Amino acid sequence: MAKNEIKYLTAIKTDKRVKKFCRFKKYGIRYIDYKDVEFLKKFLNEQGKLLPRRLSGNSLKYQRKVSDAVKKARQMALLPYVTDLLK
Amino acid sequence: MNNYELMVIFTPVLSDDEFKAAQKKYAALVTDAGGSVVAENPWGLKSLAYPIQKKTTGLYWVMEYTAPSDFNEKLKIQLLRDESVLRHLCTKLDKYAVEYNAKKEKWCKNR
Repeated sequence: MAKNEIKYLTAIKTDKRVKKFCRFKKYGIRYIDYKDVEFLKKFLNEQGKLLPRRLSGNSLKYQRKVSDAVKKARQMALLPYVTDLLK
Repeated sequence: MNNYELMVIFTPVLSDDEFKAAQKKYAALVTDAGGSVVAENPWGLKSLAYPIQKKTTGLYWVMEYTAPSDFNEKLKIQLLRDESVLRHLCTKLDKYAVEYNAKKEKWCKNR
């Protein structure tokens, strides 16, 4: 039994949950441009659907702005309505 | 006099000078209605995310302008009447959007 190997009764909680923050408040972004497709893709999942707030970590005010921008981008065929393997 | 941004998708079948002529037509519409064109940015041929009217590519064109508030209705009639326009989107810009566009314009100018 190696000297330094310590056995714990319960497993140590290793995955420290990273604290989510609203990137718009933190970086002071005020306007979300619907033409900026690369940035909007961060808020979409594989099928091109909008990520919920609990996953994207946005505050309510900016989540609504993101959803407006994504819907405008979809209207102007910059983003697909539904797709697979968007990333 | 509010700030607006108009994005238009033209049919890809449009030749280059027709594309320029269409841009000038709409820009002229703004100026003779008392507005002013702040910035114009033709993206040119881009592939669409999904086919519109059985076409998979389109000529994108973005124009930022200031105009009196009753002008947009006239603009919409013109855009709907024009067959070469696949789709158009007119958005009102608040002060953060104008500031963002100005910064972006300056950024890509001296890049």
